[in-house]
Amino acid sequence: MGADIETFYDVIRRQGVTRRSFVKFCSLTATSLGLGSMGASTIAHALETKPRVPVIWLHGLECTCCSESFIRSAHPLVKDVVLSMISLDYDDTIMAAAGHQAEAILAETKAKYKGRYILAVEGNPPLNEDGMYCIVGGQPFVEKLKWMAADAAAIIAWGTCASWGCVQAARPNPTRATPIDGVIKDKPIIKVPGCPPIAEVMTAVVTYVITFGHLPELDRQGRPKMFYSQRIHDKCYRRAHFDAGQFVEAWDDEGARKGYCLYKMGCRGPTTYNACSTVRWNNGVSYPIQSGHPCIGCAEDNFWDKGPFYSRLTNIKQFGIEKNADTVGMAAAGVVGAAVVAHAAVTAAKRVARGRNGNGSSNDKQTG
Amino acid sequence: MPEAASLIAADAVGTDSEAACGVVYVYEAPVRFWHWINALAILVLGVTGYFIGRGIPTMPGEASANFLFGYIRFAHFAAGYILTVGFLLRIYWAFVGKPHAAQIFYVPVWRKSWWSEVWQEILWYAFVVKRPKKYVGHNPLAQLVMFVMYTLITVFMIVTGFALYSQGEGSDSWQHKLFGWVFAIWPDSQDVRTWHHLGLWVIVVFAIIHIYSSIREDIASRQTIVSTMISGERIFRDDQRD
Ligand code: HEM
Ligand code: SF4
Repeated sequence: MGADIETFYDVIRRQGVTRRSFVKFCSLTATSLGLGSMGASTIAHALETKPRVPVIWLHGLECTCCSESFIRSAHPLVKDVVLSMISLDYDDTIMAAAGHQAEAILAETKAKYKGRYILAVEGNPPLNEDGMYCIVGGQPFVEKLKWMAADAAAIIAWGTCASWGCVQAARPNPTRATPIDGVIKDKPIIKVPGCPPIAEVMTAVVTYVITFGHLPELDRQGRPKMFYSQRIHDKCYRRAHFDAGQFVEAWDDEGARKGYCLYKMGCRGPTTYNACSTVRWNNGVSYPIQSGHPCIGCAEDNFWDKGPFYSRLTNIKQFGIEKNADTVGMAAAGVVGAAVVAHAAVTAAKRVARGRNGNGSSNDKQTG
Repeated sequence: MPEAASLIAADAVGTDSEAACGVVYVYEAPVRFWHWINALAILVLGVTGYFIGRGIPTMPGEASANFLFGYIRFAHFAAGYILTVGFLLRIYWAFVGKPHAAQIFYVPVWRKSWWSEVWQEILWYAFVVKRPKKYVGHNPLAQLVMFVMYTLITVFMIVTGFALYSQGEGSDSWQHKLFGWVFAIWPDSQDVRTWHHLGLWVIVVFAIIHIYSSIREDIASRQTIVSTMISGERIFRDDQRD
């Protein structure tokens, strides 16, 4: 290792992490990424030889739940290692520097690592009023985002805010909060949705990107396939009750006590792509459904406007407040049904009035 | 026989009445067979789909002793496959069958006479016109309604249905390769489910109109309708030109 290029390994060792811990970290990460038996050594080799990739972590309109999740990564080793990689650069929430000193790091990284740093974005920029609804360091966030994105290698869109917009983008979206891919068009973007995303998913994604210097395989929606290719429902431990037809019907009923399927309570597990039912939360302790609450679909686009959360069918806004597909459909079928009955009655009345052969034809070939 | 065939062809492409007298064989066996299989598939899809949307009352006993919701979903998917394969075969038949077999797949919006006959039919349904026209195939209004409320909606249901199905089959499945683009339009599949569910009600409304007007036409018009989909023969009640 030449003295001029600094590798991740150098940095980690300088931070006091032992070789043994480093190797453990590599195996853990390889496992969670599903990289196979050679994965650990590939990661170790990359971290030992490749120049360190700086990570800049910006915060826009958000609630910091992504950061909160991230620093609670299940394995302390992962957290320590990844945090020591990231806090070196810029994350205004957890970095040591502040004020002008902190802002100076942005300019420095942008210049020194042009086209080589990773931009992780938590939250999103509001576009109304020239972005005045979110000012960071005296500058609208949208400008800072564009400025830092211009020289980034790739962008990680943390959470549902950066990926889809989230609650600040809820109808009527007064600040015009816009997801990252609505503003940055010319950079590879990886979406890691969830409100917040799962800590282990975050550390694995960031490790993958800084280790290999490119994004993992993405699905059609721009999410990493390794964590978002299956629905909550596909791996839900209550699935047996779903197939059997055993549902919770009220919060305090027998079914709720027995842990039946929450489908009828509005569970969005069947339409939500995330790893909750496999990785789970807080050291694998639980996830919403396991604690008796239906999934609200927080990793999905527009989930915030898909109420009511506790009803299977989503309300359709175009038809007023409390209308879902069934109420709209039944009303339409009712109106048409009534019209048909009325029409039939008029037809019959007219025929009776005009007699059997009242259809206007000469009926020279009566059949039946 | 050859001239009869050509007259029917003329009817399907616009001019009518010439062939519309006596008994005309219009719906060939494959069309009739498809019609009733398809009706059955839609009935199963509608009922099972409704319960998929709502959930069913909770079953007693062990989860391992029940699979009712699984069977309901299975019936939905099986009927979905029957509907889809039937629809594809029906498209094939539109090319090789009699010209009337193609009627539900297009509306001749470019033809002025077609529009005026749609208007004629509307007036007939509004009780303004006392004497309907005769048709070997579908009347223009029926053709319009079938095209919009049956053909287009069926395509929509097949596309959204298979997109939803691909979620269970996984992103490597052929269903996902073929229909996954639906999620580029609605990234959240809950939307796809809402639209798929609304499609059910369009079909219910269509069924009401379709059954009512078939029976009404059978009674009040100048030709048979209901028995035609059973025997294939359209029997005209008069031989007048118009
Ligand atoms: C006449 C045609 C059809 C009707 C009326 C119909 C009706 C419905 C309804 C009402 C739902 C519930 C939607 C919701 O509220 O979530 C549903 C779900 C579904 N349908 Fe259909 N459907 C039709 C055709 C199809 C076809 C052709 C397929 C393809 C195989 C299909 C596959 C599905 C799937 C996969 C679901 C979700 C079920 C689940 O994951 O539990 N449907 N359908
Ligand atoms: S609780 Fe939700 S995710 Fe689990 S099986 Fe039921 S519907 Fe699916």
